[in-house]
Amino acid sequence: MKVRNSLAIASGALGLMLASSVSAAAQSVTLDIALPQLDVAEYHKPYVAVWIENSKRKSTQVAVWYDVDMREHEGKEWLKDLRQWWRRGGRSLDLPYDGLTSATKGPGEHLIDTQINSAIAKLSDGDYTLRVEASREVGGREVLSIPFSLPLAAESLPVTLEGKSEIGRVSLRLED
Amino acid sequence: MKKLSVTTSIVAIAATLAVSFSASAHRAWLLPSSTVLSGEDSYVTFDAAVSNTIFHPDHVAMGTNDLVVTSPSGKTIETENSTRGKYRTTFDVKLEEEGTFKITSFSSGIRAFWKDEEGNRKMWPGRGKSYVAEEFATAVPKEATDLRVTQGSRRVETFVTLGEPSEKVFAPTNEGLELIPVTHPNDLFATEAATFTLLIDGEPAVGAEVEVVRGGMRYRNDQETISVTSNDEGQIEVTWPQAGMYFVEISYKDDKAEKPATERTGSYSGTFEVLPL
Repeated sequence: MKVRNSLAIASGALGLMLASSVSAAAQSVTLDIALPQLDVAEYHKPYVAVWIENSKRKSTQVAVWYDVDMREHEGKEWLKDLRQWWRRGGRSLDLPYDGLTSATKGPGEHLIDTQINSAIAKLSDGDYTLRVEASREVGGREVLSIPFSLPLAAESLPVTLEGKSEIGRVSLRLED
Repeated sequence: MKKLSVTTSIVAIAATLAVSFSASAHRAWLLPSSTVLSGEDSYVTFDAAVSNTIFHPDHVAMGTNDLVVTSPSGKTIETENSTRGKYRTTFDVKLEEEGTFKITSFSSGIRAFWKDEEGNRKMWPGRGKSYVAEEFATAVPKEATDLRVTQGSRRVETFVTLGEPSEKVFAPTNEGLELIPVTHPNDLFATEAATFTLLIDGEPAVGAEVEVVRGGMRYRNDQETISVTSNDEGQIEVTWPQAGMYFVEISYKDDKAEKPATERTGSYSGTFEVLPL
């Protein structure tokens, strides 16, 4: 991060126009994911996956929340229900995977920062789609897609989408 | 050169005729409980039946004597808990390897059909009997009304995948009519197109007739059958209109038969699950 910041400063000295976009690229982003409170008879916390696809649909994994701690890895049995994620690389991962997997989370506001920044750091400039998929046992499934470009332009953020069923508000924004 | 072109046109006519025969009256199918699985190991349970209403067992149970389950690494897996009921056979397959499994029932052989002097339909070998080359000359008349000697094969198949899909089980056996996936059969999604190559005894099956029917046909008035014919490379492309379990039935016929047969036929029926995007 230090290197990037100094690069931004150097660019800033070169020109104001250039400075605005480069400094944005140097800044870290945060992904907010809200999971809705659902009034259902039987509630299980959803499985959630977050990944980034390039224009050729090649994926960079960001996060997956599932029943990591079930005995004999039984929680992996339902990973395929995150259907798009499963197809876009989930099925080739050897889970649990450090820095990627965590336990499921209940209704409320959740935040992904380190994981999304390290994923973005691996990517070259271009157009991408950030996907958030949630699938719930005895429930539904939803995928939200947020298009974005690298390098990040400050004025293009935040990008916010509202889910309709399994996902609440998802927002990709500059880190506070 | 002239002679050659005459021969070619006869073949072309034969090929045109070949595509006009109708699909067989009874549809045999395998129905897996899941096709895409995750986890350390998993079971899939199957229904096997013969019925015209797709995936509703209402006619007769399918025999499983010719059934072979091949694991991703090429091992033959024994089925478990196999039971033959009135209308369907059920069996389980334990998936202990990651990758794609192939579940196939295949049979083939030569059979003669004719009418005797009283006009009764005759068939040799009889139902459940097998072809013995030495007996052909005595069992089948040299000339008879409507005499046909067919080299036929029938394949009923489906695929299931645990974890990451693999392709080893797609290697052709070069026997009968086969469907070789170009698009992985456990990676099918609504509104997307899938490509398959059809082979007859290892060669491209050109002009094979394909019918694609989505399950649940009891609950709709129109069968919504998609009809496709394989191209010169033996390929077909199917765009799945919506998610569901699909039955793909393929018929092929030509005159390149093994003697004493004069016609070669192949039938294939496969079950493919298409998921929503």
